[in-house]
Amino acid sequence: MTTAGLLFMLISVGAVTTLFVWCLVKVLTGKKNPDHLAHVEPIEAKDIDRR
Amino acid sequence: MTTKQPDGWSSKLGVIMAVAGSAVGLGNFLRFPGLVADKETGGGAFLIAYFISLLIVGLPICWVEWTLGRFGGTQGYNSSPGIFHAIIRKPWGKYVGLLGFIIPVGVYFYYVVIESWCLGYAWNSFSGDLDLGKDPKTYADAFSTFTGLKADGAIIGLGAPFLFFVGVFVLNFVIIYRGLSKGIEFICNWGMPLLIAIALILLVRVLTLGTPDPANPELSVWNGLGYMWNPHDITKGLSNPAVWLKAASQIFFTLSVGFGVIITYASYLKKNDDVVLSGLTATAANEFCEVGLGGLITVPAAFAFLGASAVAGGTFALGFNVLPQVFAGMPYGHLFGGLFFTLLFIAAITSSLSMLQPGIAFLEEGLGLDRRGSVALLGLITAVGCTLVVYFSEGLKALSTVDFWIGDIGIFLQGTLLIYIFNFAFGTERGWTEAHHGADLRIPKVFKFIIRWVSPAFLTAIFLMFVLKNVAGWNLSFDAPAFTPTDPILDLVGGPGHPASGVARLTAFFLLLFAAFSALMIHRAGKRWDAR
Repeated sequence: MTTAGLLFMLISVGAVTTLFVWCLVKVLTGKKNPDHLAHVEPIEAKDIDRR
Repeated sequence: MTTKQPDGWSSKLGVIMAVAGSAVGLGNFLRFPGLVADKETGGGAFLIAYFISLLIVGLPICWVEWTLGRFGGTQGYNSSPGIFHAIIRKPWGKYVGLLGFIIPVGVYFYYVVIESWCLGYAWNSFSGDLDLGKDPKTYADAFSTFTGLKADGAIIGLGAPFLFFVGVFVLNFVIIYRGLSKGIEFICNWGMPLLIAIALILLVRVLTLGTPDPANPELSVWNGLGYMWNPHDITKGLSNPAVWLKAASQIFFTLSVGFGVIITYASYLKKNDDVVLSGLTATAANEFCEVGLGGLITVPAAFAFLGASAVAGGTFALGFNVLPQVFAGMPYGHLFGGLFFTLLFIAAITSSLSMLQPGIAFLEEGLGLDRRGSVALLGLITAVGCTLVVYFSEGLKALSTVDFWIGDIGIFLQGTLLIYIFNFAFGTERGWTEAHHGADLRIPKVFKFIIRWVSPAFLTAIFLMFVLKNVAGWNLSFDAPAFTPTDPILDLVGGPGHPASGVARLTAFFLLLFAAFSALMIHRAGKRWDAR
């Protein structure tokens, strides 16, 4: 592999990895939406009391 | 009596995983590495064009689709026809969403078949049945037998390939029946981390292969990485239209933009749920899997064992002929091979599930069916389409016909429509404001200009080039342009030395019928929506 090839590989792989990790950290440490329901699924009438 | 609340995601990370799961597919691990390694149109020029396309087409359309989807959801619609009905507010508006229904369902017709190959190969690899020695022909024959490549109807029966197909087909519908959060989100929340973990194990294995055969010191992983990543002549490459076409197409297909999936997934968000960071994270996850993992595993491994000639055979050849041979040559190869095809299967099932949800959403809100009814009807439609693909397996003619007209032309058309609708029907300024409702991140202002002017122009140019090359057969030369009809066209109309294919014609006729039936359903849905 040439030096230019190594540079292309490191920059490409490094850039997408850094972006992915940064986004994940931002999502996991970001604000929580207060009106977001914990779980929303169609509710059967017989399950209402249990829920 | 049933009290229904709207279906929805249970967490922000869940929807991101689902969109990333939809985007990460076979192309990340098989198609992308082959494109970068291509001696004519790959190398550094391809990577530059690829990342530019990501910035001016991939990310902008991704944000546009997330924004329009969430807006449609707040208006009470989850399917493309419904969302476009709410945005355009004209009688013809809902028909613009036709492609958002027929593309994902149409692609499912063949994608689930390929998915069953992945599961079958994983099974055969773990069990040692895929260790077929050193003769490349044996692997090609095994692929041919498993897929029924030599004769129509060859795999229909009680043999393993057909049973794998039926099993995978049913599994998809069992999962989709469980709903958005209990089905798709649950599978993606487990599947995506598992996929990345398997890819990292394979990456370590490949990067520590060194020189598998000391008698051939030039065949090493290091040289394999060089074969793939060395930049070649960048200036010459960037002036070649084929490089831009391949790079933009790969970005388009790999991100699942224009597919009708993101718009449906985003419609289950609430008005103040973030779409900017979520869209960026899903895109970044896909790029990490494609460039960071896919770009380092398949081609270097194939090169180290079999040399440059093995890499240049196309997606299916690399995945199902070359790599089994590579795994057979390494210690514990059946385990690593099994893991690799399990990875492909996970990537495929998270994508195929996403192809069903737009159909389910439309049948529920357009025809008023409950989940059981919509799953049954969609199951029937896809069973007919899949049967066509599975039965007419000779030369994979039915599969390639659906792939070309729906998976290539249709997706390009839908993506181009999407950016125009955002700018000229919804309004760029309004869309920009809408995107930032509840956003955890501000989109840099330069993207407003890109979305308004650059993306539509670039996408239109690329779409025209795509049609000119793949339909009209342009040789992509400005100096000496020539037009030779391509195989998909010759299959339909015939030409000198290339008789028309009955299977291709039948498949195209079926696709037209499917489109007409879908348009009728949208017409009926429109009456229902107008009566709201």
